[in-house]
Amino acid sequence: MEMEQQATFTQVTLEDESAHAFDSTVARIWRVFWILLIVTLVEIALATVHYFFGVPPVLLRNVIFLSLTLVKAFYIVAEFMHLRHEVKNLILSIMIPLLLFIWFITAFLTDGNSWRMDRERRAVQVEQVTPAP
Amino acid sequence: MSTLTSTQKVNWKGGVSPYNVSYGKLMMWFFLMSDAFTFGAFLISYGTTRLSASYWPDPNEVFDKAPFINAKLPLVFVSIMTFILIMSSVTMVLAVHAGHLRKRKEVAKWLSLTILGGILFLSCQAYEWTHLIEGGTTISHNMFGPIVNGHHTPGPAAFGSFFFTITGFHGGHVFSGVLINTIVLINVLKGTYDKRGHYEMVEKVGLYWHFVDLVWVFVFTCFYLL
Repeated sequence: MEMEQQATFTQVTLEDESAHAFDSTVARIWRVFWILLIVTLVEIALATVHYFFGVPPVLLRNVIFLSLTLVKAFYIVAEFMHLRHEVKNLILSIMIPLLLFIWFITAFLTDGNSWRMDRERRAVQVEQVTPAP
Repeated sequence: MSTLTSTQKVNWKGGVSPYNVSYGKLMMWFFLMSDAFTFGAFLISYGTTRLSASYWPDPNEVFDKAPFINAKLPLVFVSIMTFILIMSSVTMVLAVHAGHLRKRKEVAKWLSLTILGGILFLSCQAYEWTHLIEGGTTISHNMFGPIVNGHHTPGPAAFGSFFFTITGFHGGHVFSGVLINTIVLINVLKGTYDKRGHYEMVEKVGLYWHFVDLVWVFVFTCFYLL
């Protein structure tokens, strides 16, 4: 039964693939490759420019880095892992749990940041209490 | 009724998979989702610790060496590693594609190249680790602190522990990926999947391999760029 089912799935994929021309799938794969490569090169160029010239400012640079990372992640998951072409149920079952990351990241990074601010505030207070000789 | 519906209509009444994928592929997806949370937890704890420190080493200063070249080259070597991993992901997709068309020799060719890419990546990582460890960076000590009176001071110990733990855990995934790919390659060469009538196993290891590439995208950003 299970074997039969698996064979049917492959049959469907096989028909799917032959419906497109052979070349179009391969062309799509290479297109994604070029996107990933160019985005990575842009990231490295940005890092180099920032290292030598100090522009753009750190915050803007980091926002650009994180956005480009998400672009790369999208192409890998959607095209290489084929998720974009699966049924909606599967896409939602995988993506919805990952929404937990939004709160996960927000809560923890805020926590880390408040630790640093607390520590720096204490350091300032200590300096004020005992002035350097 | 029991025929598999294409993308839109979905049957929840039993007898067919409402996800339109086999049990094995679905479980691989769920495993990868759980693995994403493992790596996510690692990277978020790294971010939290880094944000809570008032000083953190600049990656351009830490990762500035490449083999055979005696000059400061920030990020050059790790860019090559990233390129190798992206490239091996492409050859993996091409192997999966050849599997759909049931071209045994093509699958074997692309899968071999993927394995080669994995081994190359691991070798690069071995070089990078060796270089760092010889320079005095361990999980408990490093010399990437602020420069005081012209001398390097010890940096935050967490830098080394997070770096070696997370890249090590990723490297472990690459290593097991290489092993699994090798097993699948042997089966391809033996004709196991021709007998079975489909190359779905190549798709499953392909999913795993792309996930490893995906994790590297995030590790690259968090450790080398930010």
